Amino acid sequence: MSASDDKKTPLYQSHVDLGAKMVPFAGYEMPVSYKGLREEHNNTRSNVGLFDVSHMGEFRVVGPQSLEFLQYVTTNDVAKLKKGEAQYSLLLNEKAGVVDDLIIYCVEENKNYFLCVNASNADKDFKWLTKLNTYDCELTNEGDEWSQIAVQGPKAFSLLEAIYGSAISKLKPFNFDNFEAEGISIIFAATGYTGEPGGEIFVKNNDAKKLWDLLLDKGQQYGVAPVGLGARDTLRMEMRYALHGQEISEERLIVGAGLGWVIKHQKGDFIGKQAYVNAKEKGAIEKLSCFKLKEPGIPRAGYKLINEAKEVIGEVTSGTLSPTLNVGIGIGYIAADQAVVGNEIFVQIRNKSVKAIVVKPPFIEK
Amino acid sequence: MMRVPEENYYTKEHEWAYVDENIVTVGITTYAQDSLGEVVYVELPDEGQKVTQAEPFGVVESVKAVSDLIAPVSGTVIDVNALVNENAGILNDDPMNDGWLVRIEMDTERELASLMRAPEYRKLIEK
Repeated sequence: MSASDDKKTPLYQSHVDLGAKMVPFAGYEMPVSYKGLREEHNNTRSNVGLFDVSHMGEFRVVGPQSLEFLQYVTTNDVAKLKKGEAQYSLLLNEKAGVVDDLIIYCVEENKNYFLCVNASNADKDFKWLTKLNTYDCELTNEGDEWSQIAVQGPKAFSLLEAIYGSAISKLKPFNFDNFEAEGISIIFAATGYTGEPGGEIFVKNNDAKKLWDLLLDKGQQYGVAPVGLGARDTLRMEMRYALHGQEISEERLIVGAGLGWVIKHQKGDFIGKQAYVNAKEKGAIEKLSCFKLKEPGIPRAGYKLINEAKEVIGEVTSGTLSPTLNVGIGIGYIAADQAVVGNEIFVQIRNKSVKAIVVKPPFIEK
Repeated sequence: MMRVPEENYYTKEHEWAYVDENIVTVGITTYAQDSLGEVVYVELPDEGQKVTQAEPFGVVESVKAVSDLIAPVSGTVIDVNALVNENAGILNDDPMNDGWLVRIEMDTERELASLMRAPEYRKLIEK
């Protein structure tokens, strides 16, 4: 592996000092684990985890037609957003495949919106949006200015309150606000990718290390531990949160992904709307489903799902050994008529058919 | 520094092989377990099964990844370490001893010539 071309987040040296195993990911050198994936996963479920997610992409849309622009390029209803509110949304292509999923933050209604996109898609998204921006608004890439630290876990708000006071716990899910402590200004959003309480902090690069150290220091009494990309993935899988490139992609129609709740096709025209409506009328031929293994084994992306008669009925998009449940869990597309909770299916793991059962998401009680 | 015992042979896929007469004990190296992360699942052949040099004879999985186990020599599996099925974590804790995987009765000693000895293997992992 050649590390020379990869960017480093402002926290790179902190990760190395903490003993992290670094891997190239989305053009960055990122920590995949520190003390061990399962320990980090479990600590996030029982205490609080800190995640460097500075590789994520950040854009800003400013100007009189910023709302119109975002309404046209994303699927959720941006007009619903008031200042300080955020929403999960999608960028679709004309075929109703997913260019990316993202969060849109309303900084000022009709005037100023902040976008957070996937690291691996940031460059592609920026080109895509730039090409589509024929509106009276300016789109800028702020990815190189911002670092991002996620604070997640049942004790996340105890830690955050210790630094920012009780106001921070009053934020409702998907709301955000500015906070300041120890001379560091942050934007805190009550969002996350683990299913745990907590949020994601945007901080300018210059202050990222100071903030990281502050969170680690103040978090000691709450059992804080840094978490790498490995556990970030298993945590999101247990919640059945989609990962672009796996559950959703440009090639796969969004209908069937169970994300209809973020596609507001009554709001007016948007890219991919016609293709989405057409596909929805026809009905999804495959549905994104969750399954749990009833025998030893670990499902992995790309493995086939089969029925008793050994016919292929679907494919795994993500899978792991659930650190919480200690059984193999998977997410995958299954032929619509067989994507029924309680249905027994099989995962083709190498030369073995391993019994599994379709379950209702999420995999764990939250 | 990772332990690379002199007496073993090594594959480029990071298995070790300890040869005693015609019996070869096989495991994964300290380097292999470190790259994999926590091992959570191991799939091994049954006793009596034939394995072929440089071909997969099983898999080892961490939470994150699957990795084939490559046979250092051709032969017949005569013993399988039951301990690793009960506690795959032993591959992380003690990959070079208690975490051994299989014993193979090798077909021919000549195949050993294509394996690495310790100094060569050390160079590979220090790259």
